[in-house]
Amino acid sequence: MLCATSRLLAARAASALPAHPRGRGPVPRSRRRELHFPGHPELPPGDLLAGRFAGPSVSTGRRAILRRGRMPPAAGGGLAGSELRPRRGRCGSQAARAAGRDVATETATARSPKRPAPPSSRRFEAAGRWALLALVTLTSFATRFHRLDQPPHICWDETHFGKMGSYYINRTFFFDVHPPLGKMLIGLAGYLSGYDGTFLFQKPGDNYEHHSYMGMRGFCAFLGSMLIPLAYLTVLELSRSLPAALLTAALLTFDTGCLTLSQYILLDPILMFFIMAAMLSMVKYNSCANRPFSAPWWFWLSLTGVNLAGALGVKFVGLFIILQVGWNTLSDLWHLFGDLSLSMVTLGKHLTARILCLIVLPLALYIATYAVHFMVLNKSGPGDGFFSSAFQARLSGNNLHNASIPEHLAYGSVITVKNLRMAIGYLHSHRHFYPEGVGARQQQVTTYLHKDYNNLWIIKKHNSNSDPLDPSHPVEFVRHGDIIRLEHKETSRNLHSHYHEAPLTRKHYQVTGYGINGSGDSNDFWRIEVINRKFGNRIKVLRSRIRLIHLVTGCVLGSSGKVLPKWGWEQLEVTCTPYLKETLSSIWNVEDHINPKLPNISLEVLQPSFPEIMLESHLVMIRGNNGLKPKDNEFTSKPWHWPINFQGLRFSGVNDTDFRVYLLGNPVIWWLNLLSIALYVLSASIFAVAVQRGVHLPVKVEGLSQVLLRGGGQLLFGWMMHYFPFFLMGRVLYFHHYFPAMLFSSMLTGLLWDTLLRLCAWSLASYPLARCVHVLGILTLLLGTAYSFYLFHPLAYGMVGPLAQDPRSPMAGLRWLESWDF
Amino acid sequence: MGRRSSRRELFLCFSRASSSPGLLFCKMLGFLQHPVMVTAEVNLNMVALTAMGLLSRLWQLAYPRAVVFDEVYYGQYISFYMKRIFFLDGSGPPFGHMLLALGGYLGGFDGNFLWNRIGAEYSSNVPVWSLRLLPALSGALSVPMAYEIVRELGFSHCAATGAALLVLIENALITQSRLMLLESVLIFFNLLAVLSYLKFSNSQKHRPFSPRWWFWLVLTGVACSCAVGIKYVGVFTYLLVLGVAAVHAWHVIGDQTLSNVRVLCHLLARAAALVVLPILVYLLFFYIHLLLLYRSGPHDQIMSSAFQASLEGGLARVTQGQPLEVAFGSQVTLKNVFGQPVPCWLHSHQSTYPMIYENGRGSSHQQQVTCYPFKDVNNWWIVKDPGRHQLVVNNPPRPVRHGDVVQLVHGMTTRLLNTHDVAAPLSPHAQEVSCYVDYNISMPPQNLWRLDIVNRESDTDVWKTILSEVRFVHVNTSAILKLSGVPLPDWGFRQLEVVGEKLFRGYHESTVWNVEEHRYGRSQEQKERELELHSPTQVDISRNLSFMARFSELQWRMLTVRSDDSEHKYSSTPLDWVMLDTNIAYWLHPRTSAQIHLLGNVVIWASASLATLAYALLFVWYLLRRRRRVCDLPEDCWLRWVLAGALCAGGWAVNYLPFFLMEKTLFLYHYLPALTFQILLLPVVLEHVSDHLCRSQLQRSLFTALVVAWFTSACHVSNMLRPLTYGDRPLSPNELKALRWKDSWDILIRRY
Repeated sequence: MLCATSRLLAARAASALPAHPRGRGPVPRSRRRELHFPGHPELPPGDLLAGRFAGPSVSTGRRAILRRGRMPPAAGGGLAGSELRPRRGRCGSQAARAAGRDVATETATARSPKRPAPPSSRRFEAAGRWALLALVTLTSFATRFHRLDQPPHICWDETHFGKMGSYYINRTFFFDVHPPLGKMLIGLAGYLSGYDGTFLFQKPGDNYEHHSYMGMRGFCAFLGSMLIPLAYLTVLELSRSLPAALLTAALLTFDTGCLTLSQYILLDPILMFFIMAAMLSMVKYNSCANRPFSAPWWFWLSLTGVNLAGALGVKFVGLFIILQVGWNTLSDLWHLFGDLSLSMVTLGKHLTARILCLIVLPLALYIATYAVHFMVLNKSGPGDGFFSSAFQARLSGNNLHNASIPEHLAYGSVITVKNLRMAIGYLHSHRHFYPEGVGARQQQVTTYLHKDYNNLWIIKKHNSNSDPLDPSHPVEFVRHGDIIRLEHKETSRNLHSHYHEAPLTRKHYQVTGYGINGSGDSNDFWRIEVINRKFGNRIKVLRSRIRLIHLVTGCVLGSSGKVLPKWGWEQLEVTCTPYLKETLSSIWNVEDHINPKLPNISLEVLQPSFPEIMLESHLVMIRGNNGLKPKDNEFTSKPWHWPINFQGLRFSGVNDTDFRVYLLGNPVIWWLNLLSIALYVLSASIFAVAVQRGVHLPVKVEGLSQVLLRGGGQLLFGWMMHYFPFFLMGRVLYFHHYFPAMLFSSMLTGLLWDTLLRLCAWSLASYPLARCVHVLGILTLLLGTAYSFYLFHPLAYGMVGPLAQDPRSPMAGLRWLESWDF
Repeated sequence: MGRRSSRRELFLCFSRASSSPGLLFCKMLGFLQHPVMVTAEVNLNMVALTAMGLLSRLWQLAYPRAVVFDEVYYGQYISFYMKRIFFLDGSGPPFGHMLLALGGYLGGFDGNFLWNRIGAEYSSNVPVWSLRLLPALSGALSVPMAYEIVRELGFSHCAATGAALLVLIENALITQSRLMLLESVLIFFNLLAVLSYLKFSNSQKHRPFSPRWWFWLVLTGVACSCAVGIKYVGVFTYLLVLGVAAVHAWHVIGDQTLSNVRVLCHLLARAAALVVLPILVYLLFFYIHLLLLYRSGPHDQIMSSAFQASLEGGLARVTQGQPLEVAFGSQVTLKNVFGQPVPCWLHSHQSTYPMIYENGRGSSHQQQVTCYPFKDVNNWWIVKDPGRHQLVVNNPPRPVRHGDVVQLVHGMTTRLLNTHDVAAPLSPHAQEVSCYVDYNISMPPQNLWRLDIVNRESDTDVWKTILSEVRFVHVNTSAILKLSGVPLPDWGFRQLEVVGEKLFRGYHESTVWNVEEHRYGRSQEQKERELELHSPTQVDISRNLSFMARFSELQWRMLTVRSDDSEHKYSSTPLDWVMLDTNIAYWLHPRTSAQIHLLGNVVIWASASLATLAYALLFVWYLLRRRRRVCDLPEDCWLRWVLAGALCAGGWAVNYLPFFLMEKTLFLYHYLPALTFQILLLPVVLEHVSDHLCRSQLQRSLFTALVVAWFTSACHVSNMLRPLTYGDRPLSPNELKALRWKDSWDILIRRY
């Protein structure tokens, strides 16, 4: 394969070289210059727009490839001429070594910024571009901020994220499956805008009343509006074509889905902002590749890193953009590595710079967000139960906070034993027997989530019944591997297991309470084992992870997590599992510990260190994410639903009297995107095969094909990276998971249609007609999307009145799919 | 070596032929010019390897005469095949099961054996030898195939023999192929696919479109689909071969010496043989499967009514002769199409909803409507025209069409299906569905349902028995009758809850019902009707589904049927496999301590993993150096090295890494296909090291000595583990303890 690639490159270089004079010849100089200078001398100011549509030249794209054949992205090539790599310009002999290098020098001189251009027109051109960008930004802000305060009640997931923002303001600890950055920003926005954190965010539909929610919504809408300029700039950078960028901006501005998602207190606008910002800075930094280690190069590289940290800090799906940037960086490095003119030292510098900016910097920032998160949230709150006992000791208000208990477990201690798996609880027994037909009719042993006297157990030696708390006896610590008995304090029965099947998990053994006043039989003996034995052989409260192995049957005490029927008070089943796998459900730790003979120590010393907290919170988050399994018979959104806009999400309102907001993509735009992906794959493979067959494309077409293959390739890759992994995910999926992918697919659409229209225009030989085709095509698409937005805008801005089947409804006749629910 | 030279002659003839007008002409001339000669040549290496392979796999094949491990699982399917009873196994497509059954068929097995327990003695009617023959043969043939693959990759005879010998002495492969299990067959087809692809791509250089070229190309496709047909994991090897073929095809496209038409021919031939053909063969497996299994059996219930009706016996016996079109006055049972958690029928009975639920909410206290997973007389409903009182079918019958408003009368209690704005017992967001009881408390009946035929072709379509999938949309509230699937508490007899879903307007199978049993009602009187409901329905015609409909349903159910993930004593995680940290006890002699374990040759496993690592490191090293224009290897040697890596290391990776993403219970034997590819890589790496990394003759001799020593130790280990592989010799507890080289191995030691 590799040989093929190199062959391909060589062939391209060879075929490209003689073509070079042709490349320069037919293209009017004015257009070439238009790309590289801000100015546009030949065109009168009045013709500005038309000139822009007729477009940035293609020959430059082609030349750019010759010049820096190793740069995969940004076919459109360098920034302004002034940014050309100086080294190349200076030493022609070095540059001449590789094919096409001399071309580079030539172009460098040809495009040297010293060549005079009428300053007024250049300024005018630049002003025009800025004005266009400003227009795009303004439209996007206008659409996003329009009716932002409507509806004045909680919509959909605002109930979660708004609540979590309030938690930050109130500094109470909570648990969420997503990393903290997004919610922290929401909290900050709320705090700065004067929200006091007192609103309860109980359920969707609750009215905000006097609470100020606009700050948080405004913050999200601000980031959501920024998506459009970011996409605009990205496409501009990739295609060097204003119409393509404009089209992209229009697609995103007029998409009802993006609009709806940007208007509420959600993580998605924040996530998408970071994703797009990372993409833009990556593309920008790729364009700086001809001036490595310059200030803009460093700037964009480190900005990429910062944005990656942001994306990952908001949701774990930020990982996809990291993978994309990682892949881009690898191929970039690979090209640099193949450039024999670069010394190993230079390569080392390149590598170090990327490691610093794309790995170390994001990691540091990511960890910093957690540091802030744990620092801010220092009060006990609803998330405590998800974390280990040691962790809870950090939180003020938790009963473990500032508590002091003996550190090492000794015989005679009264303890509670907690399962390490999330939401299992404490080992528990009570004065009730297993019912007839469920194993032996002995006392039940369960796990119970709440603190209770029935959770207390006394730890005793297996072979002596003497009271260890007798002051005449010396204190004897429990050690790893000891054989012990656990006596239930309230009922004086021993923890017991035997060869009867467990009540629910038939392959496991039943666990019971057995014996009278602490005397039972040999089935009461358990071997205690410490898994993380770095603390020595003694057993430490909170920190030691222990397993209890039944001596006679060799099984391990665990909880299956299944809920017992009513006879078991709907507590969770405890079993003894013969499969000696190290799963969390069979690992326990000691939480409360009462032993009058031992000195109490403050729990402060047991508090986990920051790396441990990080690790634990990540484990809990991953487990939480995996735990979000769809239940049977639940209607869940499937990934294949998304690109076809099969089904939306109801943000607010059900009945015809409610204020209804429905998250649904603008079908015109979404189906266009879908079509464009197919068209893109088709056209890109045609071009790829043509190149592979060694077909000599005309200069202009080749330039377009490079834009399509490289720029479009990156966008398609982005779309795939943000979409296909969802097919592998087992957790519950929602429609809004598709939106990052949708951004990429819209950018691809913009780039594709512009390129295709240019190709069309090129194939119609006569010049004015060609320009017309292009301009008309773009205008049709722009107006079409705008009109479809006009039709579908009630979805986003909310509607009251009858449902769509009623002809009086604002959406009458627009329910094109039966699965749409408005 | 004689074969090479003669082949070259033949090739010369052909190359001459290609320049002359016609190939056929040359052949004819050849016959005229030379006497007809048959030169037979035998590669003794291959013969010897095959013989050894057969010996190792077939020796004492019928021992032990007892059910060993997963034979208990596959055996029951063999019995089903013998008895032609339909079954559904979600673990894999039917080709593997059919192959095993073929062994039973050849041995004259009648299917009469109860596969219920590992270790049970086979009765005399079970032809153990022939049942185990096919897997053993495929295991034996893998040995010479390993040889051929390494040869075709362009490595020496020595390396090829080494690869074959390693496959030969690998204990885990021996164990797995000597039993009625599918892994060895899967490995066989995996290797066959790779081998025939290599043969094909090697003949591509010389004689494209020759019969030999076609033969190997087609064989690649067939082998791939066989691999997929045995287990779904075969798809990974298929994708690998497809990937390599795609890269090669891309080179063909780039080859500018070929004309465009010829390139197109190349691409079309590949597409036909590697994409279309495998699909057809895969369909063929299902076709034969469905052809063979025509009787109804224990797994019928999972399938749709239409599918069940296509089987002999079972539902077909019940539904034969039912009137096709549902008319007003029809008596029907309504089955939910979703079928999850269990297939069930719309049901009602005398009991009412409790006045107050446990959580304090109230109910309508009307008669319960549930979904019941068993056939029962209470599953019968009568379709009634709301405008008339009549409960019998007119003559001629007036069919019910899409969009008609109907009432559903419960047959035994004559109450009407009703829903209203009362929260359902367990899904409070949805409406309660009840049979209306009038308590005179200003709660009017709302019992009109609009019929919505989902799979209709036009708006005037008639509601058909079995075939039509219908939804009932409540006229007053536009709620949809839906199975929520939650079992009701004791007051509801643990039957499944049925609700009226208000919020959901999309399509979901749990809102869709079909008529399963159907007859035209004849009795207006309640007493008579009860008698009528108890009597079986009439019988005459049968309805047939097309093959594609049956295939797609069966395939879909096979992919979605959920096996309850049970823990297993010998289950393991993929990480345990690489270094053989786990084993599986397959069988223990009922009296002595003779036992069979799935236990690999540790030396081979460890060195194969090391070889993979070495390959990866060397590959990256060479790649980086080549990028800097330092070519350590000559071009053809590099290409061979890359291809060997792509197929062997790639084969290992695609057969191993996906297991990390799988959520089902995993066992050590899942690793064997990956291991086989890894073993093939081992001699490749060794030869490479000796040829290219040993600089002096001395180093090379030293290395050879090391390799010999290593191979001897592998043989020794294999020999030591042999009693656990064949289970032929009882071992003393001390010997067993001595064999327990890793603490994580579970070797059974009897306590006396």
